[in-house]
Amino acid sequence: MWEYTDKVKDHFFNPHNVGEIEEPDGVGEVGSLACGDALKLTFKLDKNGKIKDAKFKTFGCASAIATSSVLTEMIKGLTLDEAAKITNRDIADYLGGLPEQKMHCSVMGREALEAAIENYRTGGKKKHELEGNVVCTCFGVTDKEIERVIRDNDLTTVEQVTNYCKAGGGCGGCQGQIEKIIEKIQGDKAGQLTETPPRWAGRLTNIQKIQLIQQTINEQIRPALRAHGGDIELIDVEGDKVIVAFRGMCAQCRLTEFTMKEVVEAKLREFVSKDLFVEEDKESAKEPHNHRG
Amino acid sequence: MKTIYFDNNATTKVADEVFEEIKPYFCELYGNPSSMHTFGGQVGIKIREAREKAAALLGCDPAEIIFTGCGTESDNAAINGVLAAVPNKRKIITSRVEHPAVLSTCRELGNHGYTVVELGVDKQGRLDWGELEKQIDDDTALVTVMYANNETGVVFPVEQIAELVKSKGSVFHTDAVQVVGKIPLNLSKSNIDLLSLSGHKLHAPKGVGVLYVRKGTRLAPFMLGGHQEAGKRAGTENAPGIVGLGVACELAAKNITEENEKVKFLRDKLENAILEECPDSMLNGDKENRLPNTSNISFEFIEGEAILLMLDKFGICASSGSACTSGSLEPSHVLRAMGVPFTAAHGSIRFSLSRYNTEQEVDYTIEKMPEIVNRLRELSPFVAK
Repeated sequence: MWEYTDKVKDHFFNPHNVGEIEEPDGVGEVGSLACGDALKLTFKLDKNGKIKDAKFKTFGCASAIATSSVLTEMIKGLTLDEAAKITNRDIADYLGGLPEQKMHCSVMGREALEAAIENYRTGGKKKHELEGNVVCTCFGVTDKEIERVIRDNDLTTVEQVTNYCKAGGGCGGCQGQIEKIIEKIQGDKAGQLTETPPRWAGRLTNIQKIQLIQQTINEQIRPALRAHGGDIELIDVEGDKVIVAFRGMCAQCRLTEFTMKEVVEAKLREFVSKDLFVEEDKESAKEPHNHRG
Repeated sequence: MKTIYFDNNATTKVADEVFEEIKPYFCELYGNPSSMHTFGGQVGIKIREAREKAAALLGCDPAEIIFTGCGTESDNAAINGVLAAVPNKRKIITSRVEHPAVLSTCRELGNHGYTVVELGVDKQGRLDWGELEKQIDDDTALVTVMYANNETGVVFPVEQIAELVKSKGSVFHTDAVQVVGKIPLNLSKSNIDLLSLSGHKLHAPKGVGVLYVRKGTRLAPFMLGGHQEAGKRAGTENAPGIVGLGVACELAAKNITEENEKVKFLRDKLENAILEECPDSMLNGDKENRLPNTSNISFEFIEGEAILLMLDKFGICASSGSACTSGSLEPSHVLRAMGVPFTAAHGSIRFSLSRYNTEQEVDYTIEKMPEIVNRLRELSPFVAK
């Protein structure tokens, strides 16, 4: 059972400002049924440009509903410039905190607010569009969004990023890219993940190296791919070149070359040797996909 | 507030009869069952009796019963133990809807060179029989398919599977954790080689399980360091747990038919009323081949965790296959394997009853459920006013 604060429970059981404003000045819609949560925020301004009224409709768990409810409370009486400064952290703090794994609910609140403001500023014409390049294809999260949650919440690990915006929580294929974004923003703070020298310090014989590569694929890489019906097979090792084949869902994924290769390479460099590089075996990629089993 | 407990597939109340019987085994009858003195020996006798009672419920020989620590241990021991005993075969066949105790164990073996085949299910959660027939071959060391699914209650044709597996010269294990005490078993007339059960799912305490191992089935020991449980599972016995499980098995054997009729009546009443009273709700799983106590219902446009918390406020305990309740970001692997749309999987609720539930509890829940669903739908952006 989640440990929700009394404030979260209160806003879940007695949500404020439920509904949709008729003829709103701004509308923000984020999330989807498939993702497990979605929020529609509407607001109306007074003649001084301050938010006079705000309402929400939310599909989601208790924390998603509570987040939406407090958001409408928080923004009332603010100008749009003031409202735009609200971060997901502010929303979570207002609720007395959220469980780590539920922080993405607060991010959804902030995103809906942003979308609604943008909608107003573009004269009600523009619907919310994703900014930047999609990094996490499972949940449709862009690099800009990931950068934003890292900055706003001072995040240093991929797991945290997943808790805050879901990115990396599906097939796990984008975790290497997320690591790089964390590193770019946090510099030394993010060091734990990418800059650790290989855990194997001594010189490896060829047999040891191949065994270690196989072990790393088995333990560090395959489980994440399996989670989404994909798989990876070690075909051969030639010097520092590691040849692998992607199976199942991974093989069909357009992003194979960019993301999968990078993830595998990063893991092998972390656990085996910094000199390794990965190539996809084209012959086997052409073969019929060998789904699990 | 009174608690209405509809989460009996998660765990059950310890039966009063069971509790009474095990009380003395903490402060009075605390001797080691293996000791030579009468003080310990008398506990050994009680463990023998418990073994006989468990065997009677399963319809097997007491020597075929190994007491374990839980259902998960039984599953792990069965799978790993069979493979260790048959080192030349490298293939395992299981299903995509297994409990993680089986699925994770198999997938881990997949990481260590075994070929793992996960059989799919159809929209009603029924096993892909054709795929099983196709996949089972000379290299298959083990087939492990659950007797009934914990989330939907769908019962698999394990007797037929066991027969097929036997004809192909392989070994068959079934996770029957949700079944024992709900469906009568007679393992002496069955081709099932190994079967797991868990005490706390049938009104015995937590911390005790059984692995049934048919005579002649090769299974490597899984806990070393003593002669207990025929050397397969060493370690001083959990005497109160085992004695309690014995009593629970005795109670289950005595009342199984009568109880199931009552439980099924309550489950059907609850299910039919909810499906009728709540628009856009649907049943998950094969209605015909189901445990008598389980009902898994999806409510469109609303989310499971929110429903559970609303129920909780009325003292009603249930569970959900939604992503939010698991801490992961994706809904139940069972519902996804069945092809239940994400939208419905996120809003799925499982009610699982027991003999301790009453008609008043069912009526109260029937009264509250539409209220909860309507309330959450008022909040949902996917429901038009």
